[in-house]
Amino acid sequence: MEGNISEMGQYLGAGLACLAMAGAGIGVGNVAGSFLSGALRNPAAAQQQMGNFFVGIAFVEALGLFGMVIALLLIFAV
Amino acid sequence: MADGGSGIKIDPMEQFEIVPFFGSELTALSFTNSSLWMLLVVITASLVLVLGASGRALVPSRLQSVTEMTYDFIRRTVQDTAGDEALKYFPYIFTVFVFVLLSNLLGLIPYSFTVTSHLAVTATLALAVFITVTIIGFAKHGVKFLELFVPHGAPAPLLVLLVPIEVISYFVRPFSLSVRLAANMLAGHAVLKVFAGFVVAMSFAGALPLLVMIGIYALEVLVALVQAYIFTILSCVYLKDALHMH
Repeated sequence: MEGNISEMGQYLGAGLACLAMAGAGIGVGNVAGSFLSGALRNPAAAQQQMGNFFVGIAFVEALGLFGMVIALLLIFAV
Repeated sequence: MADGGSGIKIDPMEQFEIVPFFGSELTALSFTNSSLWMLLVVITASLVLVLGASGRALVPSRLQSVTEMTYDFIRRTVQDTAGDEALKYFPYIFTVFVFVLLSNLLGLIPYSFTVTSHLAVTATLALAVFITVTIIGFAKHGVKFLELFVPHGAPAPLLVLLVPIEVISYFVRPFSLSVRLAANMLAGHAVLKVFAGFVVAMSFAGALPLLVMIGIYALEVLVALVQAYIFTILSCVYLKDALHMH
């Protein structure tokens, strides 16, 4: 058992920051599920909404990735 | 960091290191592996697009179909998201799309370098889009472009709160646009490297993570395509805001 307390905080913080990815997972699942349920009700309109679908996924996913960037910064940059 | 049980150490971040080809010191002007792959991306894009567009056969060859379908797809995306007026800026959007797409795809070749995994590259691309779009907005609407920050129909007391939020969300755009692309590429390639470490460390049982790696690689190809598309479509959405205000 070596190392100091600040290093421990760094790794704990990195792990906690990765929880943002859990939120992103829930969010992306929600977007995709809602899109699918809407698309199955009205398949004719689904094709035009693909763009909105990807934009929605992109916004949700970005927030999770910000958490991952914080984790990477904690490990490699701090 | 992946640490093999038998002392094999694989650093998943090693692949993103920038190494200069001439001389050992990294200066602002040195030719690095990043520059080399950017050059290769431009050469590949030029070859595919020029050769594909020069045939003009009635029944297209494969290369010609790829070129025409990509062109048509992006043109339709620009038209659908940002309107007919935005077609003026289609060449720029198409250039950005092809560059991002090919950097993502060429980065998936083993031992290659992913240009778009570096925040410096994606931030440059995103800032170029952001500044261009802001200039277009001011050129078209003048000072009235600032009305973009004032939501329609909101009660006056709420505006004190809403305007700062709108301003912040506008200036966060280049940040989120660049971080999204870079972090996606970084995360995918790091995961592939970590699994590669498992394959090496587990010797014969390594066939199992190898199978998983094939699946992840296929997912990464999809991510490369989708991220290039998302970068393009978000640029179109920003362009629409600048041209039509809400």
